[in-house]
Amino acid sequence: MSSYSITEPSSRQKWVAGSLVIFYAVITLLPLVWILTTGFKSPVDAIAYPPKVMFEPSLEGYVNLFTTRTRVSQEQLEALPPPATWYEEIVRNRDMVIAGPSRYGERFLNSVIIGFGSTFLSVFLGTLAAYAFSRFKVPLKDDLLFFILSTRMMPPIAVAIPIFLMFRTLGLSDTHLGMILLYTAVNISLAVWLLKGFIDEIPREYEEAALIDGYTRFQAFYKVVLPQAATGIASTAIFCLIFSWNEYAFAVLLTSGTAQTAPPFIPTIIGVGGQDWPAVAAGATLFLVPVMVFTILLRKHLLRGITFGAVRK
Amino acid sequence: MAVTPIDHVAKATPPSVASKIRGLSDRTIAWLFVAPTIFLLLAVNIFPLIWTINLSFTNFRANRPNRDVDYIGLRNYERILTDGDIWLTMQATAHFLFWTIVLQVLIGFTLAWLINRKFKGNDLWTTLIVLPMMLSPAVVGNFWTFLYQPQIGLFNYGISFLTGVDPSSFQMIGDVALAPWSIVIVDTWMWTPFVMLICLAGLRSIPDYIYEAAEIDRASKWRQFWTITIPMVLPFLMLAVLFRGIENFKMFDLVVQLTGGGPGSVTELTSINLKREAFEKWRTGYASAYAIILFVTVFGLASIYVKALNKVKER
Repeated sequence: MSSYSITEPSSRQKWVAGSLVIFYAVITLLPLVWILTTGFKSPVDAIAYPPKVMFEPSLEGYVNLFTTRTRVSQEQLEALPPPATWYEEIVRNRDMVIAGPSRYGERFLNSVIIGFGSTFLSVFLGTLAAYAFSRFKVPLKDDLLFFILSTRMMPPIAVAIPIFLMFRTLGLSDTHLGMILLYTAVNISLAVWLLKGFIDEIPREYEEAALIDGYTRFQAFYKVVLPQAATGIASTAIFCLIFSWNEYAFAVLLTSGTAQTAPPFIPTIIGVGGQDWPAVAAGATLFLVPVMVFTILLRKHLLRGITFGAVRK
Repeated sequence: MAVTPIDHVAKATPPSVASKIRGLSDRTIAWLFVAPTIFLLLAVNIFPLIWTINLSFTNFRANRPNRDVDYIGLRNYERILTDGDIWLTMQATAHFLFWTIVLQVLIGFTLAWLINRKFKGNDLWTTLIVLPMMLSPAVVGNFWTFLYQPQIGLFNYGISFLTGVDPSSFQMIGDVALAPWSIVIVDTWMWTPFVMLICLAGLRSIPDYIYEAAEIDRASKWRQFWTITIPMVLPFLMLAVLFRGIENFKMFDLVVQLTGGGPGSVTELTSINLKREAFEKWRTGYASAYAIILFVTVFGLASIYVKALNKVKER
């Protein structure tokens, strides 16, 4: 006989709850599915009425995303040698020729450089600070921790005014270094709070045993604590990376050319007569999919990350 | 010569760097570890804050750095607090804050409650529902302008499919009456999973034996819900509201991409208004005073709220 629990919902209840949740999930995922599919639509299919669910896939959006094109006359087109590549052919079908690469590649690379740079720095500094806050008697510990958290309450635009002036004076405007430092400063509060939680969970006895065995404090830190905190450090790093990856306010105010990241760039992808939606969707897809993958990898630590470690499962 | 075990140990002992560090006391290490973080935050947060306070008493304009700067006392503050447009901005922000929080709490809690019925595959669906929250608000917000287009937009089409209204008869973004709701809808779509996750953690923290005891006492399911579930989840729910409140008070990226503050200024939230003053009109001194007022407001409201939250937790 199986054990009976009065707190276990009945199978009918489960069925109803399950269907409602799945219904919500399907509705809420529609905009994301729409981004993924619009990237593979031809410009005509993308703006068809009624909106097209079934369509003939086309790579035109992706080709437009990575290239700049110029329109040529029919005679010029006929005078050209036949297209050498498949993407040239797609462009020629629209009476255009490829003029060169677009800036999307550069902007994406900037996002990668600034994202990884600031993530590395904030996790590195954050781990040190979190270890100290977790293990030592730091004077004014609670005040310092609250101060670190409170820096997150400022609206980015409010801080942006003096940072704009400061960067202009120091020559950091529109540089990778400037953005890395800025995102590190924003991320470090998250890193310290999350990592402190993870390190608090590692029993002190491990280090104490190591210290008795003749390790120095430093050795105990990197040979005993760091390996134990590896999962925590990895998930903190992913949260920092996602934040820098998604950040828009500072990026749009402090960068314009060389160090511009993808979020301010993607909305500016323009085609003939307004935004080139398949190209925008293609750019958004390439930019969003890595985050979706990370979210799925992170699902166990998600709650902790989004609440600064205030809620743990 | 024979190699003794002692020699191995001697070789394995780290070189001189370690022996120098060995001399450091725990106190020194603590300071060494904390100092870089504090220094960075002072440089990138506190120094700018002090600078902003200083600028807020001047008529400085960042697009004319060579012009003389005059200290004008509290004039900037006076002007902001008596400016009717800023109160309109505050009203737009209040509308946005109130409705996003109400909708997210209602939908988020309901979802969490349903997921906690522990049906098969609930983990998978939870992860899928969470996806929108992790994405770039600017990129997603921009794409929503496409979904909101009259006629060809998926949103308008969906509404017409459900209600029979002509999809080209309404513009979510262009209409003065609908635009404030268009930003509420997208923010709710994006952040409901956040409230859901926190509520789910709250629901899962309630031990089964409390319900079992209530069942033995013949409390109805309805009564159990109001006397056990709600009070136990309340601290979690309040925490979620705190986070969403602070985040939405700062809201910039999503709304800038969706409506840009328009039409007119019906969706011009404080951050967007501030950006306009600071980086389009270049009234740097005025905008600094504005920034300080906003910061004090968030900080003040958050502190009061945290006190209330702690009281609820103590109960």
